[in-house]
Amino acid sequence: MIDIWHRLPMRGKMLCLAALAAAIAAPLVADRYLLSVLILVFYFAYLGQAWNLLMGFAGQLSLGHALYLGLGAYTATALWTLFGIGPWIGVFIAIPVAAAAGMIVGWLGWRFAIEGVYFALLTIAFAEFTRIGFDHLQITGASAGLFLSVNSPGSDKWWNLGGGPLLYYYLALILAVAATLLVAWLRRSPLGYRWLAVREDPEAARAAGIDIFRAKMIAMLISASMTAVGGVFYGFYYRNLFPSQVFDIGRSIEIIMAPIIGGLGTVFGPLVGAILLTPLGESLTALMQHFGVNTPGAKSIFYGLTLMVIITLQPSGVWPWLARKLGLDRPRT
Amino acid sequence: MTAITLNIVVQGILTGLVYGLMALGLSVIFGVMRVVNFAHGEFTVVAMYAAFLLFDMLGVSPLVSLLPIAVAFFFLGYVLQRSLVEPFISRAEHEQFILLVGLATVVVNGLLLIFGPDAHPINLPYSFDSYTVGSLFIDKVRVFAALGAFAICIALFLFFRYTRTGTAIRACADNLTGAGVVGLNVKQLYAVTFGLGFACIGAAGTLMATIADASPGLAPAYTLLAFVIVIIGGLGSMAGALVGGVLIGISEALAGFYIQPSMKSMFSFALLIIVLVLRPQGLMGRRL
Repeated sequence: MIDIWHRLPMRGKMLCLAALAAAIAAPLVADRYLLSVLILVFYFAYLGQAWNLLMGFAGQLSLGHALYLGLGAYTATALWTLFGIGPWIGVFIAIPVAAAAGMIVGWLGWRFAIEGVYFALLTIAFAEFTRIGFDHLQITGASAGLFLSVNSPGSDKWWNLGGGPLLYYYLALILAVAATLLVAWLRRSPLGYRWLAVREDPEAARAAGIDIFRAKMIAMLISASMTAVGGVFYGFYYRNLFPSQVFDIGRSIEIIMAPIIGGLGTVFGPLVGAILLTPLGESLTALMQHFGVNTPGAKSIFYGLTLMVIITLQPSGVWPWLARKLGLDRPRT
Repeated sequence: MTAITLNIVVQGILTGLVYGLMALGLSVIFGVMRVVNFAHGEFTVVAMYAAFLLFDMLGVSPLVSLLPIAVAFFFLGYVLQRSLVEPFISRAEHEQFILLVGLATVVVNGLLLIFGPDAHPINLPYSFDSYTVGSLFIDKVRVFAALGAFAICIALFLFFRYTRTGTAIRACADNLTGAGVVGLNVKQLYAVTFGLGFACIGAAGTLMATIADASPGLAPAYTLLAFVIVIIGGLGSMAGALVGGVLIGISEALAGFYIQPSMKSMFSFALLIIVLVLRPQGLMGRRL
């Protein structure tokens, strides 16, 4: 950890500290609405880090991360509503559930040499399969949804993840910062280098003695587990869950936006992407509401166009470009 | 097999042929260009809306508008390839994929914006008529749609087998460098291929509009359906797309009747997973 800190150029250290201080102090000046946007920023930055680990580092495109998000959300909220088990315990059950799902998807795909785009399709297929399954699962309310009551005893206590926006804000901030630190550390670990080798040239990696199946499975394990934690946050923040929303392909696309815009395979990419994109999307919605236009698809059209433009003009994302401009890119050794 | 089951299987086969035509478009584009058209179902639904509009405003039956829509879609595909996809041919797989995911998102939400979320049915005068064969009752529209789909598939097979352009496209698929060496205009042929894939979409969407109601919500489901069919049938195999389509049609029809209509695609996905485990190259695909 300390090693990473020392590697940053002076300007980078200053910027990091300033940004962190600003984030911690933000609730002093931000109103409720702005705070809710910032919660989304850190939430998407966190999920982006989780997805980027698999795609950006290990090179495996997953378009079904809604599966792990949904499983995490449903496990923790169902444990709370059905058995009164709080989220701080529930999260440790949600993680293995989502991780197991990730293992199944990864095993089925990589064992049978399903690579690249076909692997992505497999991930979508599993997410859809699970969505339809939950649509018919009576114990979690099926397609009518699962709701977290705000009145039941203890549900407003912070240890049950209930409370005001401040709680969710700092929680999302901690998640995003912790994920960024974890990713920065993994990036420099032997495992991280193995992932890069697998991403760049699987054949060469195999020849160099890397167990590529194992490397990909570990990436999936960590990515799915992290996403499940995001799911627990989602469940307790929104306090209602519908299979058609949480397992939706649109949810998976939402997750991949920030890292792609920010920069695939970079440590700060997901963070930068979320900071740029979420306020843009939110202000678009606010702007349209202001002018009385109620168009449900407009935000998605904006996201879709952004994806197309960025992937055409700047496929490596905003962050590498921004880092060069700010003089933050590490000198090549 | 009871009469009811037989009835359902026949319905499934007929619907499956239309699915097969749709998947054929995906298979052709992938087989030649190695590009996965993630906006496949989205454009299928665009064709459904085109058929609906022509029927609703001008009273043109989808069986008549089939040809003009397919031709229009050929040019749409041609232009899309030339403008949007061409620069991505030599780029990383995930970049192509993300480009088309973006396009799919724009198209489906554009439809939502223009037409709203409601379903738009085409009510033909013979929509509820059926043929009676022994103990079988077969929907008239389904028979027409299946026959149309089958005829177009045959035409496409013949095109690839016997025409100069078709042979040239197959040459590009088999050996790109070789095709370039003998002087084929690969860029042009790629655009034609993309156009042909889109013509399949246009025809399939038009036929689909007679048996299903157009709505934006169908789009992602159709994209997935086309992928499931192509993977089950075997990548790059034209016959495989049809076989896969029929299989999925039957499985959907049976699951829809005996279990629950809303759970029918679960069985398609289960079928996909079984095929991936037991025969990853697909039923009619070459060994990986």
